[in-house]
Amino acid sequence: MWTLFHKFGSPPWLYRLSGSILRWLLPITVVALVAGSVWGLLFTAPDFRQGNSYRIIYIHVPAAVVALAGYYVMAIAGAVSLIWRMKMADIAMRACAPIGAALTFIALVTGSIWGKPTWGTWWVWDARITSMLILLFLYLGVVALYEAYENKALAAKACAVLSLVGTVNIPIIYKSVDWWYSLHQPASIKFTGGSTIDPSMLYPLLFMILAFYALFTCALLLNMRAEILQREQRTAWVRALAGEREGS
Amino acid sequence: MLRARELGLERGGRQLFSGIELELERGQLVQVEGANGAGKTSLLRILAGLSRYGFSGSVERFTPQLFLGHQSAVKGLLTPRENLAWHVAGEAGFSAEAIDAALAAVNLYGYEDVPSHALSAGQHRRVNLARLFLTRAPLWLLDEPFTAIDRTGVAVLEARLLAHLQHGGGVLLTSHQPVAVAYPLLRLDLATGALQ
Amino acid sequence: MTSASAAGFCFRLVRRQLVLGLRRPVDLGNPLLFFAMVVALFPLGLGPAPDTLADFAPGILWIVALLSNLLTSDAVFRSDLEDGSLEQLLLAPQPLYFSALAYVLAHWLLTGLLLGLASPVFALMLGLAPAAIPALAFSLLLGTAVLSLIGGIGGALTVGLKRGGMLISLLILPFYMPVLIFGSSAVQAALNGTPAGPYLAILGALLCISIALAPMAIAAGLRISVDT
Repeated sequence: MWTLFHKFGSPPWLYRLSGSILRWLLPITVVALVAGSVWGLLFTAPDFRQGNSYRIIYIHVPAAVVALAGYYVMAIAGAVSLIWRMKMADIAMRACAPIGAALTFIALVTGSIWGKPTWGTWWVWDARITSMLILLFLYLGVVALYEAYENKALAAKACAVLSLVGTVNIPIIYKSVDWWYSLHQPASIKFTGGSTIDPSMLYPLLFMILAFYALFTCALLLNMRAEILQREQRTAWVRALAGEREGS
Repeated sequence: MLRARELGLERGGRQLFSGIELELERGQLVQVEGANGAGKTSLLRILAGLSRYGFSGSVERFTPQLFLGHQSAVKGLLTPRENLAWHVAGEAGFSAEAIDAALAAVNLYGYEDVPSHALSAGQHRRVNLARLFLTRAPLWLLDEPFTAIDRTGVAVLEARLLAHLQHGGGVLLTSHQPVAVAYPLLRLDLATGALQ
Repeated sequence: MTSASAAGFCFRLVRRQLVLGLRRPVDLGNPLLFFAMVVALFPLGLGPAPDTLADFAPGILWIVALLSNLLTSDAVFRSDLEDGSLEQLLLAPQPLYFSALAYVLAHWLLTGLLLGLASPVFALMLGLAPAAIPALAFSLLLGTAVLSLIGGIGGALTVGLKRGGMLISLLILPFYMPVLIFGSSAVQAALNGTPAGPYLAILGALLCISIALAPMAIAAGLRISVDT
């Protein structure tokens, strides 16, 4: 257990491991995303009330789900970085923030595009949209804090503290926003929350959620590899690697 | 009192020092030497426990210690008496007489109740150094204690250091001035890591 | 070596912060003045119609309280970091958790408490119904304590940075949102003639969680900020 833990702390080992994972994960992700999209967009029946416009949920819901999960991945990496002072956890945490922010942004934009035909407006202060917006702010706050510190080792610790504070707060924020919405909910735009979803629509959705998790993992590993190379650029193993590439 | 193993520090891609081994015993006086930017202050902050991230090696502390840094920690809105009373608040309460006596020892008699913003930088420094006359911490880590102090002040300080060392205390300091204490002095060279 | 008890040390820390605050009374008045000025902006922006203002009053008063707290949170640790007091505090043998709590308590006594007590005046300026004023004052007293705790986290994380002012708002405004929701709802409930008690109870619960957890984050933030 501990030897594995120490191995994770070693940049060259992690670099090679992530390389071999990506070699098969990346093609699988691409195929899954294409297959899931085709399945969702072409082979499911149009919704009884929303027609074809509902199909954007095959992008929107997976992006939103993975964006939220990404925050917790970031916080766990942050906790590891604070408790065991593991450099690779710093890098993982730093890599999560922009990916999570991008996914949150995709969820917001697709939600907004879906809202136009459904609600007749680009933006509604719906509980879920508001919560996603706050999640975007939380991610961008972490990025801003990281960039503000000149000493990157400290930047990672500060971001770890912030993301841990965020994990405690996210449930509170979500619950309070939900509650706030139910208090102020205007009668005209009642959301179809809690309604049942037909299995023929659900399976491609679950498939796309898995594909988005794979996408998140790929993006995370690629981002970490770039950061590892940059941080370790003076070390012998990176030089050897660069020499290998040039030579071949 | 203090043991440091294999201390190394890298800042901005430059290795400031590495392989520093230090074991401080009771009654030892150590002066850390190195050019500007050699990492003297960083080393003291690591030894004091203020720097916790970004260095390699380990530090073990066996006794309570007193760290005095570059900044005097004196609030302009408080009087020297109030400032000093707060500085030593962490170690059990000291009587008002003890605090006044410490201020008198650093030649601040008569300034006890003047707002500190009316005092000079050197006097701020003295308020801070008055802690040395109160503290019960056996190990002192002093970063440039002689800066901004006049000649009589330096003499007072050196006498205090000598008394502390003779009572079995330990002192580790950085200074650009020669330390004129009639006591065996060990020098820690940051560039080589040698202690002699 | 015997060291002072944590309780005694914290008491002295609170007293020191209060003395420092009270010796510069202008700084005490500044948040209140800021509050009054921003409140005065709303009639200019929304129009002076008393009905409109009274409708928006709970939200306006709470948002201004948020902003006023945000601006003062930035400064809680700044001067102590700059003059070296903070590193001495970190080296003191007493647990930093309680010292962080003492800082926040002093900050709240000097800002939130005064704001809560002065809030009825601002409420009258916006034409808030007198029936809602007790709910406003109590929700502000409870809510600003939560805000001070959360603001302390932001202050501790950004105190070592040169340009902290804008950054701290990006970091902690999202965390302020639940307090805003329940605080303004308490006032709104009182306006509608329904009991404000449940909302105050939720604010109290948020305060309990914050007291338990925020000082840990503040302590961790201070250790990071001093470590430069």
